[in-house]
Amino acid sequence: MKNRSEKQKQIRLWAVLVWLAVWQVGSMALGQEVLLVSPVSVLVRLGELVRTAGFWSSVGFSLLRIGGGCFLAIVVGVALAALAGRFTRVRELVAPLMLVIKAIPVASFVILVLVWVPSRNLSVVISFLIVLPVIYTNVVGGIRAADPQILEMARVFRLPAGRTVRYIYVSQVLPFFRTALSVGLGLCWKAGVAAEVIGLPKGSIGMKLHEAKIYLETPDVFAWTVTIVVVSYAFEKALLRCVDAGVRHMEKM
Amino acid sequence: MGMEIRAEGLTKTYGDVTALSGFTAVFPAGAVSCIMAPSGAGKTTLLRILMGLETPDSGSVSGLEGARLGAVFQEDRLCENLSAVSNIRLVRPSLGKAEIEEALAAVGLGAEALGRPVREFSGGMKRRVSLLRALLSDADVLLLDEPLKGLDAETKQVAARALRECGHGRTVILVTHDEAEAAAVGAVQIIQL
Repeated sequence: MKNRSEKQKQIRLWAVLVWLAVWQVGSMALGQEVLLVSPVSVLVRLGELVRTAGFWSSVGFSLLRIGGGCFLAIVVGVALAALAGRFTRVRELVAPLMLVIKAIPVASFVILVLVWVPSRNLSVVISFLIVLPVIYTNVVGGIRAADPQILEMARVFRLPAGRTVRYIYVSQVLPFFRTALSVGLGLCWKAGVAAEVIGLPKGSIGMKLHEAKIYLETPDVFAWTVTIVVVSYAFEKALLRCVDAGVRHMEKM
Repeated sequence: MGMEIRAEGLTKTYGDVTALSGFTAVFPAGAVSCIMAPSGAGKTTLLRILMGLETPDSGSVSGLEGARLGAVFQEDRLCENLSAVSNIRLVRPSLGKAEIEEALAAVGLGAEALGRPVREFSGGMKRRVSLLRALLSDADVLLLDEPLKGLDAETKQVAARALRECGHGRTVILVTHDEAEAAAVGAVQIIQL
């Protein structure tokens, strides 16, 4: 709740409207839609695109792959973090791997991955590699930050491991996991679409962006960019809601 | 049914500080024993050894083998995002909601407190939940570190009665500074540390 009210305080409607007006005036002053398209033209073009089957097919294509890679990273990241939180050796073993994944630029990954997998599955691997270290690092941090006094309580009352994980670890790790999801999901869409622009898998959002660029269809570039932002935002919110609902269900006794 | 616990020659040091030195006592089965001592005399260290959270440098404890333990710690150690009922069911899931609510009501935690996570509770409310968690557990032995700390006089009386009733037949070791409190919980022996 605090975060939401802070966000509301940070982003005011009047400020958004001012920037849209600046954009509109700038575009009109320049008078060349190829260089700077107006927000009205973007809106009109977006309205046209959403009425085509190709638009939804491209959104579905990228959503399935980027979302799939992200989901896979969440599962693997949490499982690895649980092992690393329990066994120091696993933590030591995984640490250099995560460091390398975090340090390698997305462009290098894209080129390497294109050698190994077909371009249509490129964004699955890229979003997986981008989200994995974020989830892993945060969840390990959450596990290691679990309140030792509560864990002692669980030990004295001899709570079974399943109940300790479900009612103690989950709630202690949840804030870390939510932060990781929020960061990771934003990154995976940016990196996933960038990978699609480089790898050009047929039918992806990245391909559409690339086509718009080579035909100098600036309204399309902006319309697809708005689409990516909206889909990414909706994806993040939906996933966070699922997580919250899942945690509420788990904590119900 | 509680069991007799024997502590023999327990010594524990932390660096240069001796927290407990040669402590020996017998805690009779099914009765309340109180431990009294000034701050820093090693009461909490003794309880932590009995809980199995610390290993003594020397000495031994017998009678706790296989025993189910319940505890109230110096801190409340509740799961802050869970309700009072859930905190209690965490240690004993078989307990019915109605039974827990009745016990909570008996110590002054009425309906308005039930749906809220304990993080919204006052210190005194949390202490009562922490005490009830131990009392309603299926423990044979209760190890209670100042369980009535921070409660007002009236609530103390109510909580002491609950402790007497729920502690009946179990071996209870209770740390307190207050002789009246020891009497209120029906202690059969007071051990000065």
